[in-house]
Amino acid sequence: MNLAVFLLGNLWALRRTATNNFTIFLNILRNIDVPQMIKKSELIENTRDDSFYLSMLRIRRFEEKVLAEFSSGNFRGTTHTYLGQEANAVGVLEELDKNDIVVSNHRSHGHFLAYGGDMRALFAELMGKSTGICGGRGGSQHLHWKNFYSNGVLGGTSPIATGIALAEKIRSNNTVTVLFLGDGALGEGVVYESLNMAALWSIPILFVIENNHIAQTTPIDQNFSGDITRRFEAFNISTQMIDSSDVIKINNVAKQLVQMIRRKSKPHAIVINTQRFGPHSKGDDTRPDEYISELRLLRDPITTHGGRLTAEKLAEFEREVNLEINESYELAVADPI
Amino acid sequence: MPTVIESLNNALRSSLEKDDKVLIIGEDILDPYGGAFKVTQGLSTSFPDQVLTTPVSESAIVGVATGLALRGFRPVVEIMFGDFITLAADQLINHATKFRYMYNDQVRVPIVVRTPMGGRRGYGPTHSQTIEKLFLGFPGLSIFAPNIFTDPGDLLYKTIFEVDDPVLFIEHKIQYTQYLTLQEDLREFRRTRIETDEDDSNEALQDFAYPVQLSIKDSPKPDVTIATYGYMADLCQQAAVLLAYEEEIFVDIIVYSQLLPINVSSLRSSLLKTGRLLVVEEGTITSGWGAEIIASSLELTGDNKLRAARVASKDSPIPAAINLEQDLLPGTDDIILAVKMMV
Repeated sequence: MNLAVFLLGNLWALRRTATNNFTIFLNILRNIDVPQMIKKSELIENTRDDSFYLSMLRIRRFEEKVLAEFSSGNFRGTTHTYLGQEANAVGVLEELDKNDIVVSNHRSHGHFLAYGGDMRALFAELMGKSTGICGGRGGSQHLHWKNFYSNGVLGGTSPIATGIALAEKIRSNNTVTVLFLGDGALGEGVVYESLNMAALWSIPILFVIENNHIAQTTPIDQNFSGDITRRFEAFNISTQMIDSSDVIKINNVAKQLVQMIRRKSKPHAIVINTQRFGPHSKGDDTRPDEYISELRLLRDPITTHGGRLTAEKLAEFEREVNLEINESYELAVADPI
Repeated sequence: MPTVIESLNNALRSSLEKDDKVLIIGEDILDPYGGAFKVTQGLSTSFPDQVLTTPVSESAIVGVATGLALRGFRPVVEIMFGDFITLAADQLINHATKFRYMYNDQVRVPIVVRTPMGGRRGYGPTHSQTIEKLFLGFPGLSIFAPNIFTDPGDLLYKTIFEVDDPVLFIEHKIQYTQYLTLQEDLREFRRTRIETDEDDSNEALQDFAYPVQLSIKDSPKPDVTIATYGYMADLCQQAAVLLAYEEEIFVDIIVYSQLLPINVSSLRSSLLKTGRLLVVEEGTITSGWGAEIIASSLELTGDNKLRAARVASKDSPIPAAINLEQDLLPGTDDIILAVKMMV
């Protein structure tokens, strides 16, 4: 392995550990009822900013690599890229502890990488290699590693996640299960069956609705009636809406909700108004190029958050992530079938 | 001997007692009602933390059970009427039965979905069907159906604890109040257990769900092999008595307790003697379990002289009126007629 990639990987692991330790520390303080707010040091704030940026950039460059290399014949089947939505996964999953659970959908690469999944194994899975996350059996939409599960049937994951969270509740594990759904999945009836049960049984689950305003090629105004937030509130699930691609803002909301779920064992929802920069899968975007350019200009989570980092850091991260991407990709290409 | 309901209820009770990871989930299953067919009667009183009543949401019920199973529980789901299993089809087909394979054997999904199929109660087109055949083409799923000639409770108990993959457990509404008839000597019949053929045994075929063969004692060489399951086994037995005494025609009845994976090696020994195969089921005749049994038997025996026929429901929705329903669903007369036509 390339030295830079190796170092980056270790730095990465250290950061996550540091953040987790900090969270544990916070929880300990919370449990003994320290009334005053903990003021975070500048050092930790900076580290967290770096970590957010790196995490989003890894997803961005991964997805770009997948799209760029599809024509090379190294990938089979299809892919649904997360371009433009990176802040959602990164902002939300940052708040999870080791034993928490993530249930993802067809657009799973970003969720998987933000969860801490291995980049080379994800490349390998998309290539149908035996070294892939699921030995090549699952492919892009069907991933399972540790407490991460994804499936490609929209909405069908809702009762699965509800059942997983119920199992955790029965065992008094005090974990949070996060379910990612898109606006398109809200057309599926089983989602509402699950919301009903989640609220009825006070299940510790966070529904994350990534409203990218388009279901494959159908804009939301042609397939959605009413108001997303009110659909959840109708089941007595308290819901926060955020219209931003700023990872910090998303993280702030997620932090608050995850803490509430852990404390009170009940479902919450967060609706993130987001934008998808890429096609639904590979070449099926019917939106005009100018529209996409404008989205990239106004709603890019990486540019937005990048403004908080120095130019030197941005360049350094860019170089490191590109190295990691190329290294992982080449290793996966060389992996056995 | 207990009734089928008592047998199933006892099995559920023992399962809940044995392991607190067993949960029973379904609609209207709490006491004092105890389930639409009373199979869960008394369980919620004895095990309040393990019996969960649900909204009317078959899809989410099966999905929640799948989620629980992924995390180490062994949920048993009750779907009130077999007809409603269609509502949970996506959860069974695209979720529960896919996870183990597509996650590269990293997970198991030990759920048992129990449901009563079958007509003859006047419940009409949407509460009387026999539709487990819809699920025959899905590897990863096992389908079991109890009968009164093997112990339904034992089958259910072992299914709950010994099968780590999703199961459809198909009961029959008429069976519930029947008494078990488990003795080896069954009046004029001899009941023998058929061992699974070593050569082509599928690992999903469970030894505990062995088929049994019913044959008239001391009969001459059998004329026809009948393959059947569930409540139809009872009707086949009645038909066999009449055929023997009135027509001097003798049949071997092979009664299956496991429908999926398909297992036809159990028919081989009888087919070698008869060369005639009659399949008997209550579902509609087109694309049924029987059709698959016949096709697989032809492949197994390679016998191009094998004669085969089907007794099943006519291809029609099931009417509520008793005379219309009797005319539509296969009965003893239909089995007798079909056997006579084959010899």
